[in-house]
Amino acid sequence: MSRAARIARRSFLIGSAAIAGGVAFGVVAYRRPHENPLLDALPPGQAALTPYVLVKPDGLTLITPRTDLGQGAYHLQAALIAEELDVTLDQVTVDPGPPDPAYYNTALSADAVPFPATDDGVLAETTRAVMDAPMKFMGIQITGGSTTVPDGWEKLRHAGAVARETLKAAAESQTGTPRASMTTENGAVILPDGTRLPYTDLASVAAGIAPVTDITLRPPGDWRLIGTEMQRLDIRAKSTGTQGYGIDLQLDDMLYAAVRTNPRPGGAMLSHDATRARDLRGVHDIVQITGGIGVLADNSWRAMQAVQAIAIDWGPAPFPPEMDAHWQALSDSFTDDLIDSRNRDDGDVDTALVRSERITAEYRAPYLSHAPLEPVNATVRVTPDRVDVWTATQIPRFVQAHVARITGYDRADVHVHVLMAGGSFGHRLEDLVVRQAAELATTVPGRPVKLTLSREEDMAHDYPRQIAMARGRGAVSDGRVVACDLGIAMPSVLASQIGRLGLPAIGPDLQIVAGAWDQPFAIPDYRVTGYRAPTLAPVSSWRSVGASTNGFFHDSFLDELIHAAGADPLEERLRLCTHAPSRKVLEAVGEMSNWGAPLPAGRGRGVAFCLSFGVPCAEVVEVTATDSGIRLDAVFVAAEVGRVIDPVNFENQVQGGVIWGLGHAIMAETTFADGQVQQRNFDSFPFLRQYQCPDITVRGLETGRRVRGIGEPPVPPAAPALGNAIFDATGTRLREMPFNRHIDFV
Amino acid sequence: MKLTVDGTEHDLDIEPDMPLLWALRDELGLTGVKYGCGIAQCGACTVHIDGQAVRSCQVAAGDVWGPVTTIHGLGTPQALHAVQAAWIAHQVAQCGYCQSGQIMQAAALLATTPNPTDADIDDAMSGNLCRCGTYGRIRAAVKSAAASLAGASE
Repeated sequence: MSRAARIARRSFLIGSAAIAGGVAFGVVAYRRPHENPLLDALPPGQAALTPYVLVKPDGLTLITPRTDLGQGAYHLQAALIAEELDVTLDQVTVDPGPPDPAYYNTALSADAVPFPATDDGVLAETTRAVMDAPMKFMGIQITGGSTTVPDGWEKLRHAGAVARETLKAAAESQTGTPRASMTTENGAVILPDGTRLPYTDLASVAAGIAPVTDITLRPPGDWRLIGTEMQRLDIRAKSTGTQGYGIDLQLDDMLYAAVRTNPRPGGAMLSHDATRARDLRGVHDIVQITGGIGVLADNSWRAMQAVQAIAIDWGPAPFPPEMDAHWQALSDSFTDDLIDSRNRDDGDVDTALVRSERITAEYRAPYLSHAPLEPVNATVRVTPDRVDVWTATQIPRFVQAHVARITGYDRADVHVHVLMAGGSFGHRLEDLVVRQAAELATTVPGRPVKLTLSREEDMAHDYPRQIAMARGRGAVSDGRVVACDLGIAMPSVLASQIGRLGLPAIGPDLQIVAGAWDQPFAIPDYRVTGYRAPTLAPVSSWRSVGASTNGFFHDSFLDELIHAAGADPLEERLRLCTHAPSRKVLEAVGEMSNWGAPLPAGRGRGVAFCLSFGVPCAEVVEVTATDSGIRLDAVFVAAEVGRVIDPVNFENQVQGGVIWGLGHAIMAETTFADGQVQQRNFDSFPFLRQYQCPDITVRGLETGRRVRGIGEPPVPPAAPALGNAIFDATGTRLREMPFNRHIDFV
Repeated sequence: MKLTVDGTEHDLDIEPDMPLLWALRDELGLTGVKYGCGIAQCGACTVHIDGQAVRSCQVAAGDVWGPVTTIHGLGTPQALHAVQAAWIAHQVAQCGYCQSGQIMQAAALLATTPNPTDADIDDAMSGNLCRCGTYGRIRAAVKSAAASLAGASE
């Protein structure tokens, strides 16, 4: 296809989606597979056998379009392709590929349907299948929602198998030997007589052959990689300082940039005086950008020094400047007219709570910055015929569209190169820094501009986790939990985030109740209501999103009811639990932690459970109340993911998720004063340190029907398990995070 | 100004108050040394000066008192330092951004304390922040590296 035709078709696809809502042309586009973006400008002699496998005479490249944020996404995607392709991981290079609709995320839409993950009935499954069409039609290429593995599980193995069979077909056309008699091994086709034809030698022949698509995926017994301990592809580079991250990019003739924008997010810059900054050493230019100002210099530090030397008068925040008003807004949101969803409404809670003595509680969870250790950054170069963007992003196609709009270039002429991320936790679902870099780069055509936000600038504009509040009412009878009514109020993360992406957010936001409404418990009178609080500070998805607050609310309140009933916390959860895989994770942590065995004085244990992103996850935390505060002793975690792709990576992700949940629950919050984030560096935004870190024992269960991702599910149960353990050890019930507002920690 | 970094002497025309971190990264291209906070709260910028672990964001280039060793000088992918080898064996890294600093801190610890206790590890390593939460693997890797260095010196 000619370049012009390609551009026209892509514009048409995206344009029609935005205009017509994807109905009229969507079905046609959906049924037609996306074209293979690797065929664009493919040199002779190379074969792009699927959008995921590029065979060149000098090597094999596997395309891993989900961004590596530290979760091992490149490694896991490569392993899934390699499993069927019959290559070893040291034979390939990986490349995130270009942003392209072909790399749309199938799994992301599955959690957006109003059916709990435990529901695999016909209606739920049909709705999930239908939801796939708009994702494909719009080519939504996003890394997030713990979807990299579930999205790639079949797709990537299929791609590997198609490439393998096509290479065999190439060997058949080259040698005349029937394809069915060939095998493959370690990057080569093996003929019946033992002759090895390396894939790379078959590249030019394969390029002329239609891909073989009638393939069958191998049964688990034939797997070589899946389920085994592999060495992560990036582990050597990340242990020697040789892994290049976005912040490390160095290009010829590059300018280094720093910016300051209104510390009241979304506010305006009223006036500024850059006289002093202009004379500082190394300053090339000073440029006004949206909401603030930037400095172009010959060194990052000089740019940061100069931008600090500008005197600026800032406008007010477009949201309530003080925290009291934020909490009041949540408190005022528990009204019928603000009900966003009530998808759990079993029995008759109102009657039940009139009949019995009520237990009530109110819970709070603060804003929280993502604060990945690599401050966000982007490099942009504008030349007459194209724009190049280098950045670590979870939303490469949105970045492409935004930069096209800012620079005035055609979207097809904006080339986004996705780089390794030094952490994200959801932060790189926003692209503020890329848009700022693009604004700066348009002023110096031909020269690359690398914009690195200072830690303080990054945390002032982090788009933190939502603030949230919950109110529970419940009743117990005869040693059992019999009624639970949980209301949750928060602003809509979806509306805030999707709005910045330029998409409409319609209908209820299920993240307001995620991790609460969809829990597999059969409480006779059981209701979960989501209340949509007004828009406050801009917020974004933070590792486990709605469940990060709601897992704490739901399980902590359940624990309060269980204690009120006088029941055993693990036994009562098991008695109430209706979902076999969820029961298994609860039983597993019970066994791992030797639940029920007596503990020494001052020591306590708590169990918590949350099903999020389709993964049932249970955790037991053990603590000791010491003279200098609560000490974390041990954590036991069990999670059901269908398949553990790589046990090492799985364990590392689970341990990290637990620490993420515990560290923030204990000591971190993001607050606003005068409309500004008060915590802009790690002195005021602390996190768990080596000396505070408990032993964390992990078990992955593989009995479920679906394969799931593990990046987020260990987070929601961590805070309630800790709170429940502290209650067990001290009798103090913690209903507000961070816990160190109320109790000391070692 | 003269700086000796990873065994090579450099003559730099920079302000004496430029933090060593930025001299290493932007002037010498040694990007394995990481910027995380700029205020000595995260340890990602840790290098050795005269064998001592320091936060390079807090040392002015003009105040550097001895030869500087960065992660690039400690070892290379082809010739690993024992600490780096242990980091690979334990697959410590997730995002990996803090690990240059963690490794430099651990190498300095083992140089003075060849057989560290858990308390020694807590004391030495708690200034290095890891947002991914790899602390358990870091502890195990420090102990492995200690054992491997002890074996090598026997």
